[in-house]
Amino acid sequence: MTDGCGAPTQTADLAGVDLTTQVVVAGRVRTGDQPGSGAFVRLLNGDGEFAGEVVASAEGDFRFFAAPGDWRVRALHRAGTGEALVHADGPGLHEVAVVVA
Amino acid sequence: MSRDDVLVTAEWAEANLNAPGVVFAEVDEDTSAYDGGHIPGAVRIDWKTELQDQVRRDFVDKAGFEKLLSAKGIGNDDQVILYGGNNNWFAAYAYWYFKLYGHNNVKLLDGGRKKWELDGRELTKDAVDRAATNYTASDPDAKIRAFRDEVVDAIGNKNLVDVRSPDEFSGKLLAPAHLPQESAQRPGHVPSALNVPWSKAANEDGTFKSNDELLELYKEQGLDEGKATIAYCRIGERSSHTWFALHELLGLSDVKNYDGSWTEYGSLVGVPIAVGTES
Repeated sequence: MTDGCGAPTQTADLAGVDLTTQVVVAGRVRTGDQPGSGAFVRLLNGDGEFAGEVVASAEGDFRFFAAPGDWRVRALHRAGTGEALVHADGPGLHEVAVVVA
Repeated sequence: MSRDDVLVTAEWAEANLNAPGVVFAEVDEDTSAYDGGHIPGAVRIDWKTELQDQVRRDFVDKAGFEKLLSAKGIGNDDQVILYGGNNNWFAAYAYWYFKLYGHNNVKLLDGGRKKWELDGRELTKDAVDRAATNYTASDPDAKIRAFRDEVVDAIGNKNLVDVRSPDEFSGKLLAPAHLPQESAQRPGHVPSALNVPWSKAANEDGTFKSNDELLELYKEQGLDEGKATIAYCRIGERSSHTWFALHELLGLSDVKNYDGSWTEYGSLVGVPIAVGTES
């Protein structure tokens, strides 16, 4: 992880992440039976406004650092698009799966 | 200025990969993206280790820029096509640098890596070796860069455009959501700033919206075309994207990028800060 604003490729590794203070929204993109490798994954707030974007790992994994609230995860992949909703009630890991079709 | 003077399409890029005098350069903070595959023939520029001074917080000086471009094999007469990940944030940041140091023959690849990948166009891991040049830069153009005192003076006087997400603008988040939530000492925004997130200037595939859409967007948000404008974000790269939209695409004459941005402003002692959704 770098400290700039870019979107490094994600891994599911949560090592070093303080889940007692950070609100983490993470999960996996799938397209059919395959991982959604390289999908462009966006985190949108409850109003649909952009909050962040990452590139899913080879396994389709992604991770965001959010805040408590309702979030929408939207994935864009050569195979199509997909969305899922997630509610984060506080610090900790909030997992969500996104299917692209 | 025409859109074609500052942007190229992926189709144009693909047809001109080997054109003489055209140099493609990928600009990312995550250099593993380039290693995993880049546009054939493209050189790599690392925004953090190559475009930034490695001691103090500033970007490379004129001599440093000359040394960098010479080493990359970019000549003064070359047409440079910049592209990168993250909807071209860092490519736009590099574009602003190139303009700042007087390299006017530079364009962005519309949509950057994202559009290129979504189109399924060729990426290669082949090493790129360009002969070194003897690049000479101009003195930095102060007309397109804003510093902190000018931002404080602009409160209530100029257009201040905060291009971060609404959640960063209001103070709910301190950084983009793919980063741990730690940044400046204080959350919020510069009083009187409009919140026009960079993402509203781009389509989902990373290409810029049309000039008509951009004009409508900034007018709707209250941008006064009769006033000078300063754009900022967290570290100055997303605001380079908006600087590009306002100055290069819409042709507004007095637009500056405040690259100190919120990481500087939000840590200054004694400056005014607003929180919540109001300007």
